[in-house]
Amino acid sequence: MQQLSWLPTHPDLSGAIGQAKRIEDPLQRLHEAVKLAAHQRDFTLTARLDKLAATGIAQHAAAARLTPLRVALLSSHTVDHLLPAIRVAGLQRRLALSLHVAPYGMYRQALLADDPALNAFAPQLVLLALDAHDAPLQLPLQASQAEVDAAVAERVDELRMLWRRARERYAAQVVQQTLVPVAPPLFGSYEALVPASPRAVIERLNGAIRAAAREEGVLLLDLAWHAAAYGDGLAEPVRWHQAKQLVSPTLAPLYGEHFARIAAATAGLSRKCLVLDLDNTLWGGVIGDDGIDGIQLGQGSPSGEAFLAFQRYAAQLARRGVILAVCSKNDLHIAEAAFAHPEMALKRSDIAAFVANWEDKAGNLRRIASMLDIGLDSLVFVDDNPAERDIVRRELPEVAVPELPEDVADYPARIAAAGYFEAVSFTSDDAERGRSYALNAERKAALGQATDMDGYLRGLQMVLRVSRIGTAELARATQLINKTNQFNLTTRRYTEAEVERMASDPQTIALALRLEDKFGDNGLISVVLARPDAAIEADELLIDSWLMSCRVLGREVEMAVLEVLADAAAAAGWGALVGEYRPTERNGMVAEHYPRLGFEQRPAPANAPTDASFWRYELASRTPINHHIQVQA
Amino acid sequence: MNEKDILQALTQVFHDVFDDDDIVLTPETTADDIDGWDSQAHVLLIVAAEQRFSIKFRTAELESLKNVGHFAQLIQTKLGGR
Repeated sequence: MQQLSWLPTHPDLSGAIGQAKRIEDPLQRLHEAVKLAAHQRDFTLTARLDKLAATGIAQHAAAARLTPLRVALLSSHTVDHLLPAIRVAGLQRRLALSLHVAPYGMYRQALLADDPALNAFAPQLVLLALDAHDAPLQLPLQASQAEVDAAVAERVDELRMLWRRARERYAAQVVQQTLVPVAPPLFGSYEALVPASPRAVIERLNGAIRAAAREEGVLLLDLAWHAAAYGDGLAEPVRWHQAKQLVSPTLAPLYGEHFARIAAATAGLSRKCLVLDLDNTLWGGVIGDDGIDGIQLGQGSPSGEAFLAFQRYAAQLARRGVILAVCSKNDLHIAEAAFAHPEMALKRSDIAAFVANWEDKAGNLRRIASMLDIGLDSLVFVDDNPAERDIVRRELPEVAVPELPEDVADYPARIAAAGYFEAVSFTSDDAERGRSYALNAERKAALGQATDMDGYLRGLQMVLRVSRIGTAELARATQLINKTNQFNLTTRRYTEAEVERMASDPQTIALALRLEDKFGDNGLISVVLARPDAAIEADELLIDSWLMSCRVLGREVEMAVLEVLADAAAAAGWGALVGEYRPTERNGMVAEHYPRLGFEQRPAPANAPTDASFWRYELASRTPINHHIQVQA
Repeated sequence: MNEKDILQALTQVFHDVFDDDDIVLTPETTADDIDGWDSQAHVLLIVAAEQRFSIKFRTAELESLKNVGHFAQLIQTKLGGR
C-alpha cells in the first residue's frame, strides 16, 4: 500500500540504515536517522530508523535542536507496534517524543486512580486512543434516535470527565482519537436510516465527540476519517483477533504521521508558508514563451481546470492562515503580469513574497524566508520540476519539498495528505494573516521611500491595543507562545490550560497586545507573562515570557509594551521588573533586548540555567519611554 | 521458490524486523532461540513476511506456527508454484 506518498524514495534505504548503524557517535547517528527518515519507508524500516535514533535522542536532543515533548498514550487497544512510527514521524518535525503507554484497556484507571507511573511521567500531551470495540453502547437494534442520543450523551460525558481530569491534573493538552467503524454494515446503504445500527451509532458518537472536543479545547486525531480514506487496510480484523491491534502494523508509519503532526502543531512546529513555482505548477505552459493568452488556465480545457482547481486550493489555504509565496525562474514583470489573467484564482495581493528571477531556487527560498521573517523550516516548496525539487532538498533540508503526482489534478490531494499545515486552533487572525504579510511588504516599501525613520514610524499611525489575557485572547495567545522562535526571550512553551491558569492568577500580569496601523490590523502580535517567583526578591516581578511576532519588528512596539508592563506592575505595587534571557539557536536577535530597554544586569537566581542572564528594571526611578505608538488599554 | 530460497528470503525478513544481520535461521529455529521474539514481534514477523512474499495468512494458521521450518513450509504452500 502506498503511504507517505509525498516523501521521495531512497534507492536503498535498508542498506543506508545498515551503514548508519556503524556510525560510532550517537549524535551523528541521530542526524543520519533524521535525514533517512525523510524518505518513503514501510513499518520495518521505520522501526529500524527509530532504533538508529534512540541513543542520540536520549542523550543529545538539545544539541540536535529537537523540542522534547512527553506524550502519554492511553488506549483501549494495543499501540506498542505504533510507537516507533510515532517517534520517527516526530523526529521529522524536530520533536523528541518520549512516550508513556498505560497498560492497554486501562485508560480510565490511569487517569482516575492517580496512576503513580503516569504522575511521575507528567505528560504534556495525552492521547486517548479509543476504539469501537471498547464499551459498546448496549442498545437493541430497534432503539429510537432519542434512546441512541441519550446513550451517546452518557458516553461523551464520561469522556469529558476524563479530558478534564487530564487537563486539571497535568495541564496537558488532550488529543481524542475518533472511533474507527470496524463493524460491517447490517443493512447496506439503509444502515444510516436505522438509528441503532452499528455504523449509525458510531457516526453519531463521533459527531458528539467532535462537538464536545470543540467545546472543551480538546484536539482530535480523526482516525475515522483517515480510515475512510484508507479503506479496510487500516483496521484488519485478523490483527484485532491476534493481538488487539486496531491499526495494522503495515500502516503504522501513516498513523505515526497523523499523530506526530498534531503533537508538532501543539509545539508550534507546523509549517507556515506555501511557496509556489509558476510555470506548469500554477498554470500550464511557460508564461515567458506562451504569453498570457497562451497559458492553460481556467474553464474550457480539462488541464486548464485542473490548474485552476490547484490555485483555488492554494487560495483557500491562504484564507485559513497559510502564507503564500512565489519562487519562479522568470522575469519579474512578466511573472507578475500573468496575474492579470482573467481566470486566475490567486491574486497578486495573495502572494506575500514574490520572487521571480534567474538565480538558483535555494538562494531564492532563503530570500523568501528572510523577507517574511520566518525560518526555512516553515517553508513548503511546490515545484513540478523534479530536478528543482531534488536540488532544494539537497541544499536546504529544512524546507519541505513534497514529491508530486504526474497530474496537477492530484496536487491538492497530495499537499493535503502531506499534512504540513496541521492546526491546533483557527482564529480570525489566521484568516487575516496572508493579507497582513502582504501589507508588511508594502510597509517595507514605504520604509524604502521614507527619508527618515522618525517620519516613517510617525506615518504608520500605530495604535497598540492592550488587554489582559482572557477567554477571547487565549487561543491566539497560546498559539503565539508556542510558535514564536526568534523574538522570544525565554522560549517557554505553554498549553492553553497552562496559560489560562497563569492568566487567572491575580498576582500575574498576562498581557495580549494587538497592533493597528494605517495599513490595517496586524492582529495579536505580542504576549507578556509576568509573575512573582520564589527565587527572586519579594518586590520583584519576573518576566516569565516576552515574545513578539517578527512581522512588527523595528517599529518600537517593544518600547510601548515595556511602558504598559511597567505601568501595570507599578500600579500593582511591584518595585522592579526582572527580565530573563535564555539563548536558543533561534533567538539571538533579542540577546540585547533588556540592556537596550535600560535594564541593568543582576545576578542570576539560584538554580537558573547557566547560560541565562537576568536583568532588573527599577520601577520607581523609571523615566518616560519615547516611541511612536499610541497605547489604548 | 524452493525451500532454500524461502529460508534465505525469510532470513532477510528476520534481519529487518529484529534489526540484526547476525541472525541465522535453520528450519529448527524457534522463538526461544531468538532474543526479542515475543508475541509482539511475532505479529510483526507475520506481517513483514506477508509483505515480502505478497501472501496473506489466515487467522487459524497463525496459531500453529511452531518453528521456522514450519513457517517456511506454510509460505511455500501459499506461494503455490510461484
